Amino acid sequence: MTDHSELEALALRVREHVIRLSTGGGCFIGASLSCTDLIVHLYSRVLRITPATVRDPERDYLLLSKGHDVPALYGTLVELGFMARERLSRHLTTEDSIYWHPNRSVAGIEFHSGSLGHLLSVGIGLALDAKLRKAKNRVFVLLGDGELDEGTIWEGLLVASAKQLDNLVCIVDRNEFQANIRTEELIPLEPLLPKFEAFGAKALRVDGHSFSALDAALATLPLAPGRPTVVVADTVRGRGLPSIEQRADRWFANFTADEVTALLAELHGQARANLHSETLVVR
Amino acid sequence: MKTYERTLLELALADERIVVLTAENRAAIRNRPGELGARFIDVGIAEQTMVGAAAGLALAGRIPICHSLATFLTLRAFEFVRTDVGIGRLPVKLVGGVAGFLSDGNGPTHQAIEDIALMRGIPNMQVFCPADQAELVAMLPAVVASPEPAYVRYNASQPAVEHATAFEIGRAEVFGDGTDVALLTFGFLLEHVSRAAELLRARGVGVRVVNLRSLKPIDERVVLDAAREARLVVTVEDHFKTGGLYSILAEILLRERTTARTLPIALEERWFKPATLARVLEHAGFTGEKLAARVFSALEELSRP
Repeated sequence: MTDHSELEALALRVREHVIRLSTGGGCFIGASLSCTDLIVHLYSRVLRITPATVRDPERDYLLLSKGHDVPALYGTLVELGFMARERLSRHLTTEDSIYWHPNRSVAGIEFHSGSLGHLLSVGIGLALDAKLRKAKNRVFVLLGDGELDEGTIWEGLLVASAKQLDNLVCIVDRNEFQANIRTEELIPLEPLLPKFEAFGAKALRVDGHSFSALDAALATLPLAPGRPTVVVADTVRGRGLPSIEQRADRWFANFTADEVTALLAELHGQARANLHSETLVVR
Repeated sequence: MKTYERTLLELALADERIVVLTAENRAAIRNRPGELGARFIDVGIAEQTMVGAAAGLALAGRIPICHSLATFLTLRAFEFVRTDVGIGRLPVKLVGGVAGFLSDGNGPTHQAIEDIALMRGIPNMQVFCPADQAELVAMLPAVVASPEPAYVRYNASQPAVEHATAFEIGRAEVFGDGTDVALLTFGFLLEHVSRAAELLRARGVGVRVVNLRSLKPIDERVVLDAAREARLVVTVEDHFKTGGLYSILAEILLRERTTARTLPIALEERWFKPATLARVLEHAGFTGEKLAARVFSALEELSRP
């Protein structure tokens, strides 16, 4: 059994960043906390990229197709030395370009997103280029589960399968929520694995908060030669903060400074935060 | 005469960065797949994925040239063009087939007559409308070499005129220096506008014809000269009146605080009647004869006390 205490500690620090970004204008806290462990694990164990190789033509790519989870990426990039820490203090200011969705002004962020259903196709382009170069880059695309409603995801899977892009890995943050409604109550997605397999991918399901399970799932890629890989990672929206976990109204939040303090304490095992801020925002 | 296809192949063989994509529309690139090897990519009928993938390819340093019918490329994939190519300011080249009247018998689903308005509305997107295949071939090296994204209204028609001016991005081609009327146009309509010019000249009208093959950037000097020197400025376009050449003219004139007598000949608030191209032009009033008649009566109107 591999020791994951370092990853656990890193994930905790990233969650602190996410919580701190949830005030002064707020952020998509619930959606960020569900994939924090996925992003931490990718950067720590999977992606062949370091602050020194962010422009290396042979690097692995990570694209956030569900761009509103970018606070988890900001936190990870800061902790791993890709991004200057002080930039987070300029969140939502015009002095910098640190906002609710990703952009390329941050070293380590490969492409902007925000409109759902886009970055699988962009990832297909990057994967096609790597194939043309006969290079070893792998392209990881983090998809939201609500995002799977978009037709371009399925169109893209057809194309990725047809072009045998086995250097393409989709990871689905399966937190079971659309923006404000449970996926299965609105547009049911299950059973997901047979859907992905039917579209030509090799798919597996994994506990998205278990580093050892993620180690095993992502140890050998592609899962099948000549086919794109899809990893459906079961996650919990708001993971790490029992007071907001699984709450439909905690997708986006703009908390007060006191609430942030209470949430940081809650993250470290203290009592649940008493939250009063109105946070149901339909965007 | 050199074809688009041959020119594209030569450019691609000379430059490894070029990747030719299509959303299962091979009209313009019938013979290329074998010769380009893996740098020819047909994604199937998936315009959005094609444009997104083109953005990814460009991000990796490639020059993707995407082919589809103009209406699907600019409408179905619009948000991918605007959001991935536009915001990314990536050198993706979009080549749209059967734009405007060239969709002839297809009907309104295939009538790209708002493509110019949409594409020119995207920051840094260049827009080119060649008059014929010779001009398309002449502009292709410059379009591909440009670091900006570009939209090309594909047009491989027979020579519209004998071209007199070498292609340069942002440079118009002008025929004649008449001061009664300036006929501004682009694309295959140049042939019909030139025919109208002949008929008008035969009736003693001083005409200049301006071929605006580069619509964005546009040759502002030539447009302003036309407005300042000619009694009447006519825009002829197979595009909605909103957002196309007439709008461009209005924007330039207003900014320069100048004005002109104008006659917009465009598609008003309607799609055009589908038929063979010759019948479309006849019905919509875009033949040389009909254009000349409209312009002549507008000039007569101006001459009335």
